[in-house]
Parts: sequence; C-alpha cells; structure tokens
Amino acid sequence: MLVIAGTVPDLDFPLVTGPACLEGDSLKVEGHLIPVLRGTPALVAAAIKTAEVAGNQPPHVILAGDTGRGSGSRLVYQHIVENARSFAETTLTFHYLQPDVDWHNRILMALDALSLPPVRIADAGFMYAAKMSGYAASYDLFTPDVGELAFLADEKAPHPFYTRGFILHRDQSVPELIERAYAHDNAAARLLVKGSVDMFASGEKIHWRIDSPGCEVMEAMGGTGDTITGMASALIASGMDMEKACHMAALANRHAGMLTRPTPATQVAEIVRAIPQALAGL
Amino acid sequence: MFFKKLFGRKKAKASRADRGMLLFDHTSDVIRAENLLKAEGWTIKVMGPPPEIQRGCDLVVEFPLMEQMRILETLKSAKVHPVDVVPVTGPLLSPVDLFHTKDFGEYLMVRAANMKITIEKKSRMIVNISGGGCPDVPFLADQLTGKILEEAPQPREIGHTLCGYALQLAYEEIKRQCL
Repeated sequence: MLVIAGTVPDLDFPLVTGPACLEGDSLKVEGHLIPVLRGTPALVAAAIKTAEVAGNQPPHVILAGDTGRGSGSRLVYQHIVENARSFAETTLTFHYLQPDVDWHNRILMALDALSLPPVRIADAGFMYAAKMSGYAASYDLFTPDVGELAFLADEKAPHPFYTRGFILHRDQSVPELIERAYAHDNAAARLLVKGSVDMFASGEKIHWRIDSPGCEVMEAMGGTGDTITGMASALIASGMDMEKACHMAALANRHAGMLTRPTPATQVAEIVRAIPQALAGL
Repeated sequence: MFFKKLFGRKKAKASRADRGMLLFDHTSDVIRAENLLKAEGWTIKVMGPPPEIQRGCDLVVEFPLMEQMRILETLKSAKVHPVDVVPVTGPLLSPVDLFHTKDFGEYLMVRAANMKITIEKKSRMIVNISGGGCPDVPFLADQLTGKILEEAPQPREIGHTLCGYALQLAYEEIKRQCL
C-alpha cells in the first residue's frame, strides 16, 4: 500500500486520513475536495492516475492544512508517530511538510521500531529535515531537483536558501553534486534527480540518465517534479523494482508534458490528465 | 534498542540544525525581540553567542530558522532590527545571492536557490511558480499565479519560510529585470 504524507495550502483544512480519489480536477479525501494545483495534491493525483493504470488500490493519504507556520505539518507528524504500526510494510512517501528536525527524529525512531519497516521516500520539506537531521542514509529514495541536490551536496547548508554559491554554481555538473552528497552522508540509498536530464544514482554510481523527449519549459511549471515522485511512489508500491519504477516515472512525465504541448504557463493539472496516456505509451 | 539504533547511527547532527540566531547591537533589543516573539507564539530562546560570532551584543535570540521570513517581518513592524541573522549550525553562512535567469522567448524565468518564478513578458503576468519544499510554497503560488507582477502580493507579505524568502528574492530580481 502507498501512503502519502503532506500538506494542502489551506489553513482551515483539518487533519484527514484515508484513501484518495479524483473528482474532476480535484482530489477527494473523506468528503473534502482539494484543487490539484501543485505540491502534495499534485503528487497524490499523479499517484492515483498511476495506480489506476497499474490496476492497484488508490493511495492512502495523511493531509493537513499548512501555509507555512507548521501547525498542519505537526498534526501530520503526530499522527504518524501515534499510528506508526499501521505503516509496516507500506511504501511511505513524505512530501511538503515543515522541516522540523525534532519531529523528523521522532518519526524515524517510530518507524525503526517496526519489524517490517516501510519503504521510505522523501521529497520537498521532509527531505530537507532528513538531511538536516544527519539521517539521510536511513531513507530508500530521495527525489530532489537540481537546486535541492545542490543543497544535499552542501554539508553546511541547513536549507536550500543557504546553499553556498560555489556549490550552487555546479548546476551543470550533477554527477559531481551526487558524489558530494554521498561523500557527506547526505543522500538516501538511492537518488532520483529531476531536471533537464533525469538521473538515478546509488552510492555515487549513476545507473541511468534520460534527456528525451526534451521539454525545457517544464522547468518553469510548478508541480512537475511532484508528479514524477507521485508516479514513482505508486509504481514502487506496486512491487516494481525501484530503479525501473523511477525510470518509468521520469520517462512518463516527459511524455505527459509533451502531450500537453506545454508553454511555461501550462499548469500541472494538464500533466496529470495526460499521465494515463503517457504510461500506456511506454 | 530503538534509541541505540537511532542514535548509534553514524554522524547524527545536532537537533538544533533547524534553528537560527538573531543578532542585535544592544541587549535592550534582545529583550524587546524576546517579548515580542514569545507573545506571537514562537518558541525562542535567549542565549550567549557562539565564538564564531564577532558582532552584536553578548546575547542572541535562537529561533525556528524555517520561519525566518515571518519572524523578520514581525520584528520589522515593531521597529526592532537585528544586525544579522545566521543559522545555528553555520554562523558564517549567508543567504543565496546567485540568480539564474532563463529566457523562454515570450516568458522569463528567474531562479533563486530552489525557487523559480516565471512571467509572461508582454503582460507581466506571473504564470508559474515552481520549486521549493516548505508548506507555504503552494499557498504563495496560489496567491501569486495569474496576477500582474506589480499588483501581486509580495511573498514576504504572506509567506513564512525560507522557501518563501527565496521566492521573495526571485520576485525582486525578476521585477528588477523587467522595470
């Protein structure tokens, strides 16, 4: 089973847990409708579409409203710690959550206590907390974009905002950044790096790269990294090998982008709609 | 056993890695900042500065680094001005000051750290915001997308986190390039 933990940009949105489905362009969870704009709703929507194509159960979500003060994130964190046993043998993807090292460590400790721990995937704010905590290597997969990879590669930076310039300058040398992230134990067991060239790496070894179909304008579109992580999570939860799942997700995301004939103004909901066709065409 | 498993791991970093320090010239400013931020509900602590800090008075305010932008806006509105703000684990680090600009023809994108803002050149409408990982990013994107650059709320007015702060820098840079 895939479980996705994240936030929605609405301060009044309560903590909700349960299976998620799509109703038009909105997510539906426990009777709540959430527009799919970007962030965790985009990740969940991509995972739902992928699960449909693969014939699997829809993802289970843990969501709360948060606009940056962290209150919703803390509700999500608390729920995970208090219900840790229910995540045994699942695939657990952490997403847009307020980076909080103390809560991160509590979650890690609760999950480590399980005899059959979940597959752990982290992206966005929770990945920042995992790196800051020093326990990045406890994760099975991180899915950074190139800017976030530079942050992982900078052993001193507590957040991408503080990534040092001489490291940020190495955008064109992603393998160097990967090597540096592993050298300082700031990477998960595997990395799916999202960018103009997508790469999959483990322990400094780059397993594959994808650069076509090329779709440069997708860099400007909010949520296109979230859809890759959502698809990869759903495929991993279906039992697919992680390397193959990430390859399929990265490739399908490019094809889905091309199907929308995108401009820098295209919104991610259009990509989500194209995912079934993109996956079917692989 | 669980503690051993977690804390026995290699290279655990201090749990204060997500904290920052506000530096002030005068102790009286430290006290004002402390009262103000506590009254607003933030978890903060007044303490002595680490040896690397060569400026400011003998006290600093430790605060949740992720919420740097909202905290600075709160202090600014009360006319309490820190002389510097630094991460606890890297007192010599400074915020990102590199911008990456990409011209898509009819559209222009500027990136600061992990945040990107894209406008349509002709209308100056913000058409997309991407990147980031803190929970105010989807909220900021929702509030800014579809608005004309000069009429959109500034990220610092409604954002909270360091991702919001990076977006503010990208916003200022794209505005500088367009005006």
